[in-house]
Amino acid sequence: MNELMASLVAPDRDHPEIQAGDTVKVHVRIVEGDRERIQVFQGVVIRLRGGGNEKNFTVRRIASHGIGVERTFLLKSPRVEKIEVLRRAKVRRAQLYYLRDLRGKAARLKEKRR
Amino acid sequence: MKGMIGKKVGMTQIFDENGDVIPVTVIQAGPCYVTQIRTAEKDGYLAVQIGFGETKPQRLTKGQLGHLQRNNLPALRHLREFRVRSGEVDVAEGETIKADVFVKGERVDVIGVSKGRGYQGGIKRHHFNRQPKTHGASDRTRAPGSAGANTYPGRTIKGKRYPGHMGSERVTIENLEVVVVDADKNLLAVRGSIPGANGGIVMIKPARVRRG
Repeated sequence: MNELMASLVAPDRDHPEIQAGDTVKVHVRIVEGDRERIQVFQGVVIRLRGGGNEKNFTVRRIASHGIGVERTFLLKSPRVEKIEVLRRAKVRRAQLYYLRDLRGKAARLKEKRR
Repeated sequence: MKGMIGKKVGMTQIFDENGDVIPVTVIQAGPCYVTQIRTAEKDGYLAVQIGFGETKPQRLTKGQLGHLQRNNLPALRHLREFRVRSGEVDVAEGETIKADVFVKGERVDVIGVSKGRGYQGGIKRHHFNRQPKTHGASDRTRAPGSAGANTYPGRTIKGKRYPGHMGSERVTIENLEVVVVDADKNLLAVRGSIPGANGGIVMIKPARVRRG
């Protein structure tokens, strides 16, 4: 990357390192008019992509009635207040798109041994 | 007089205070040097000539070097003129112009040469509509269609849009917001896109008309 462009990259936030397969809680700041609140989105990280300011990750969670909901967050966004890693799973892919086709028990991931 | 020559570095995105994402084009703006002042008496018009892009002296002709050496300026690759009205000439030959002539939030026009697209058909060049791909149409889906009427007027009207060379032309994008100014790094970032490929030379001027 050109040095001028690199100088515009936002500094790293002190979020923990996340990987595909991690179960995370993402605290997002939501602004509604002049009110602000924090919303928590919990699910499995299914991919990390991009670089610089555009670095982002997608979290998948199963909402009510078994509907899968995916949300993508910009890693450097000031709106992402906090990221908590709850669980690390052993995965063999960088993109866990296969989870979209799996439901219930089949969609479980094996926890990483440390 | 306010104006600069710069080099398009590329696009990226940055976050503003609210956390909103702003798409920006990064321009390496300056350092520019005032190479000549065009005067009404001598040249018949008023303009400020600015140079940008230091290079090795052996890359320029002796004539070009002589022109720059009159004001003890380094060898500059690109020269552009900015027209001014009388009384607007507030710079002197040999002066340096840095990115801080512009301020954050200001609106500017950016002039560059668009990417060359080569010989293109009517659909890409003029946004013509495509003909049906089916219902018996075999080889005319991207054809331009009729070029005119009948015996009257018996000719194709002037200015009829046709396939032809597209791009590589001077394009002005007006009213772009200046988002980042850093004179030490010679960095200027404007909201939105500007003409040309990365590495292209662009002119930056204050916005002619402010909208929005």
